[in-house]
Amino acid sequence: MTLTQVPLEPVWLTLKLATLTTVLLLLVGTPVAWWLARTRSWWKHPISAVVALPLVLPPTVLGFYLLLLLGPNGPVGHLTTALGLGTLPFTFAGLVVGSTLYSFPFVVQPLQNAFEALGSRPLEVAATLRATPWQAFTTVAVPLALPGFITGAVLGFAHTVGEFGVVLMIGGNIPGETKVLSVAIYDHVEALEWDQTHWLAGGMLLFSFLVVLAMYLVARRARQVAL
Amino acid sequence: MSGVEARLRLRYGEFSLQAEFELPGRGITALFGPSGSGKTTALRCVAGLERARGYLRFENEVWQDDAAGRFVPTHRRAIGYVFQEASLFPHLSVRRNLEFGWKRIPPAQRRVVFDDAVALLGVGHLLQRQPARLSGGERQRVAIVRALLTSPRLLLMDEPLAALDHRSKLEILPYLERLHGELAIPVLYVSHSPDEVARLADTMVLMERGQVRAVGPATELLVRLDLPLAHADDAGAVIDAVVGGHDGEYHLTHLDFDGGRISVPSAARTAGAPVRLRIHARDVSLAQALHRDTSILNILPVEVTAIDEAGPAQLLVKLCAGTTPLLARITRRSGAALALHTGQRLFAQIKSVALVE
Repeated sequence: MTLTQVPLEPVWLTLKLATLTTVLLLLVGTPVAWWLARTRSWWKHPISAVVALPLVLPPTVLGFYLLLLLGPNGPVGHLTTALGLGTLPFTFAGLVVGSTLYSFPFVVQPLQNAFEALGSRPLEVAATLRATPWQAFTTVAVPLALPGFITGAVLGFAHTVGEFGVVLMIGGNIPGETKVLSVAIYDHVEALEWDQTHWLAGGMLLFSFLVVLAMYLVARRARQVAL
Repeated sequence: MSGVEARLRLRYGEFSLQAEFELPGRGITALFGPSGSGKTTALRCVAGLERARGYLRFENEVWQDDAAGRFVPTHRRAIGYVFQEASLFPHLSVRRNLEFGWKRIPPAQRRVVFDDAVALLGVGHLLQRQPARLSGGERQRVAIVRALLTSPRLLLMDEPLAALDHRSKLEILPYLERLHGELAIPVLYVSHSPDEVARLADTMVLMERGQVRAVGPATELLVRLDLPLAHADDAGAVIDAVVGGHDGEYHLTHLDFDGGRISVPSAARTAGAPVRLRIHARDVSLAQALHRDTSILNILPVEVTAIDEAGPAQLLVKLCAGTTPLLARITRRSGAALALHTGQRLFAQIKSVALVE
């Protein structure tokens, strides 16, 4: 079997899903992590618990509730239908939403740790040097928390690539739309197609190793630069 | 109009701050007190880093007025702030640290020239370095330049020397004295070191348990017998004098002030230059007659203005030479031998004098 015969569609779909999800995770996760790191509100604890839930919940449970929420009879489903977007389950967009929720703690926690390690001093210094809160955030907090951003992005990306349960529950197995790598591998195993399985599974193994290795190297370098 | 007018109230847990003070708009004002007295909190309130309730005005700008719902955030106050730890941004070179605030000031409003400030604190050779590669003293000097480059109208310094070892302290103090002499920026300086206050402060705010105990010229507060400063081990008077002339034969420099002349081994100062002297209470002894048969060079006629106990064996005596106050610490036995009483005219024999600036 040659490389051209390997079914690559699930690979591209997976990369697209993981990239979009990572971007979304950083956009939504950064303000949440910032708030969690700096608030003294009582709400910090229940919100932290909600953010951490995907770490302990079986993906099927998360998928089940998402299905109810996003489905035609769920509140979010009503909203998306009313906006003319249709319903999200069993679409690529639905997968992005599900993956973002599922990988949320993997991005929020490294970011929150990085922001907490920063303390309030660098931001106070920036304020006394006439930086607005937004300038202090972008020119001081973000560069100093860079290792946290890298760790969060890589973990979010890799975790999305590797997800299975949530995808199966809310995405199903539609080729070109929701059939991602992990589902495709499952299919090939079910059909006893060992060649395809080896290519995809082996590729995944190598990819995961490289990603984690790169993360460690980049984070170490960022720390050295910061010092 | 005074420089700073503040009425601040703040409470967290056990600690409460209730400070009201008005400060001059020039020179160095020391916020002085033991740790936990609220001096740093008061400074942070002036910077807007801490939010107390009350009123705060700097010159003609109201920075906080809770009655009117006004609070100017830190980044819109024309302050420079030097923290106890230099707190340089670790991801930026020294030059980029310095430019961080400088580039945010519109060029037309810059009143401090980049190269001048760099030269004043002697950090020119450090510009390309990373903060991690500087010594503690160098870092704090860079932090001071960084604050100056925002052309502040008020410079706030929170124990800038406290985190440094003795050598770095001695390295920075002369720079702070130059700052005092060469820049017309009023400074609020938090300190718990009587020595720093004696060297630097013009005005002093004495704080205790979150309240202002006394405000006044440092030369007066340092010798007031009802305040703890005069009772400290290294208590003493600070005298602002001018160089009166030099004695070429014996290599002495004469320093004149209201109340007399003090001579010290030749100091490289031009005649007419202002100098600050410090005379410790323990270095002053008293005599009823003017002794010629002594090696002590500086003897001033003084009058006793107040006497207080300083422990079981000693007395603290406040004197004035002309209008200049002095402190002497003598044994009670010597006091009895002199029949010490207020209004008494004596001679103060000064064993040693420290030139401060």
